[in-house]
Amino acid sequence: MNQFGALSYAITVFLMVAGLYIVIARNNLIKTLVGLSIFQTAVYLLYIAPAKLPGGTAPVISAEFDAYSSPLPHVLILTAIVVGVATMALGLAIVVRIYEAYGTIEEDEILNRDREAR
Amino acid sequence: MTLSAHFPVLQVVVPLVSAPLAVLARRATAAYAIVMFASWIAFGLAIALTMQVRSEGVVSYPIGNWPPPWGIEYRIDALSSFVLLLVSAVAAVVLPYCRRSIEHEVPREQHYLFYSMFALCLAGLLGIAATGDAFNAFVFIEISALASYVLIALGRDRKALVASYQYLILGTIGATFFVIGIGMLYLMTGTLNLADMSERLAATSDLRPVLTAAAFITVGMSLKLALFPLHQWLPNAYTYAPSAVSAFIAATGTKVSIYVLMRFYFSVFGAGLVFELAVGEVLLVLSLAAMFIASAIAVVQSDFKKLLAYSSVAQVGYITLGLSLESVSGLTASIVHLVNHGMTKAGLFMLVGGAVLVTGGSGMDRLAGLRRTMPLTSFGIVLGGLGLIGIPGTAGFISKWQLVLAAMERQEWWLVFAIVASSLLAVAYVWRFVEVAYFREPSNPADRRREAPATMLVPAVMVIAASIYFGLDSSLTLGGAATAADFLLGTSR
Repeated sequence: MNQFGALSYAITVFLMVAGLYIVIARNNLIKTLVGLSIFQTAVYLLYIAPAKLPGGTAPVISAEFDAYSSPLPHVLILTAIVVGVATMALGLAIVVRIYEAYGTIEEDEILNRDREAR
Repeated sequence: MTLSAHFPVLQVVVPLVSAPLAVLARRATAAYAIVMFASWIAFGLAIALTMQVRSEGVVSYPIGNWPPPWGIEYRIDALSSFVLLLVSAVAAVVLPYCRRSIEHEVPREQHYLFYSMFALCLAGLLGIAATGDAFNAFVFIEISALASYVLIALGRDRKALVASYQYLILGTIGATFFVIGIGMLYLMTGTLNLADMSERLAATSDLRPVLTAAAFITVGMSLKLALFPLHQWLPNAYTYAPSAVSAFIAATGTKVSIYVLMRFYFSVFGAGLVFELAVGEVLLVLSLAAMFIASAIAVVQSDFKKLLAYSSVAQVGYITLGLSLESVSGLTASIVHLVNHGMTKAGLFMLVGGAVLVTGGSGMDRLAGLRRTMPLTSFGIVLGGLGLIGIPGTAGFISKWQLVLAAMERQEWWLVFAIVASSLLAVAYVWRFVEVAYFREPSNPADRRREAPATMLVPAVMVIAASIYFGLDSSLTLGGAATAADFLLGTSR
């Protein structure tokens, strides 16, 4: 593994752990979603970075090149990005509805209000 | 190619296409008719595919005629046809029930969207079972999950929104863990086709990334299948979702996740590799914890739907317990309990949905004296409850007995004792209902006898009757499960 490979892995792992930490540690519903998004983005990098072959070109067959990078991870991640966008849109929509119903987007306050209502 | 050659893909495409059609229809009745039609076709296709698998063995379908492993392959074998049958049967029974049920719970202008989401959820769940491609499985997992978040958020109580949000966060973490695992497998093998992946993994000498992938997939799917203690999303989601949604998702959502885990353990990694990783021991401990702790929590609930939800966590424990035993009989117990419990819980949630509609809530105090006001519903719930306990004559008994046999086969008598002891806890939580419904007076003595509408009561009673029928004649369920378990372990390394 060359040093760029190691660097990309380090970034991937950092983003992954940072995202997951935000999801667990933050109380604010929007911030949690931001963390979730970072966590998902780290996975995109996990797929995309190893797809780059040093010296490889786009997979268009030509006599001048003999090394080609695989295009498949990019296609997969395009799909994963769509899934991520859908998740984020739905998550934000639910947060809007929660705000309308509770008047807050802090998780502990929501729990408090449910307790008071009882 | 004749039409029957396309059954594997039609199984998924028919419900998938019905979702946008339901949106275009806009009128609730039209949307209902479209989705209903699609789900009955899906049920018919599942039956046809099961027959096909029985007579010809594994059915492989290359999407777009691209041969696997390059193209996406749909692969139906003994296990996946079994799961397809469960999911589509539950959908076909729950849909007629939906109509009256959601009229009371969902605003009328959203009905067509409800049916559309239901169809998407169904398509996703069927897709997971049908596909033979790892990334395709991830996409279907997300399709069904996103649709189920919406369905849960449609509940009347504002707590449904919070429950749906929590499920969204935990579900997405689970799915992302799963896709990390797949990414590692893909980097190691360069293929996404499960059968091809399995062959190439056998030739891999560098085991570390493979074991990491196994760990990621196990944790991710455990979140999705609500393995104790990763079940935090489940009780609220089941409690506050509309009744029809609780019934559908409780019977299918977690079960399909267990299917994915089985598929990866036995068809991709191979039993030898997975159980070398001490997965069996971990699953065993967590399953026992689920059986006892979740059952104990269920006993003290004051809301009947929440009680059933915790009971689901406990029952998932029995399924994973069978999986952890690493034997054909254990796996058979797992697979048969998948179906038996799915059926019983669907019936129970449907009956409770009827009670909620009439009494206005699922709190235990609301159900007081239910025997007087809704005798048929109460009797059905008791029968379903007996199935949860595992009384002989119910479907629950068949799977528990199979589980006990698997434990005896390993000479682990304490495990047999644990299975029986945890069933006593199930007696305690079912008794809670019996006590409230049969021995307490109705809170309003003037209430007259009033059952749920027939379109809700009939499907619910049918499901409960089926759970009794499969308790008396288990050749179809137990036989199918045994074939699937044999097939899985027979082809596994």
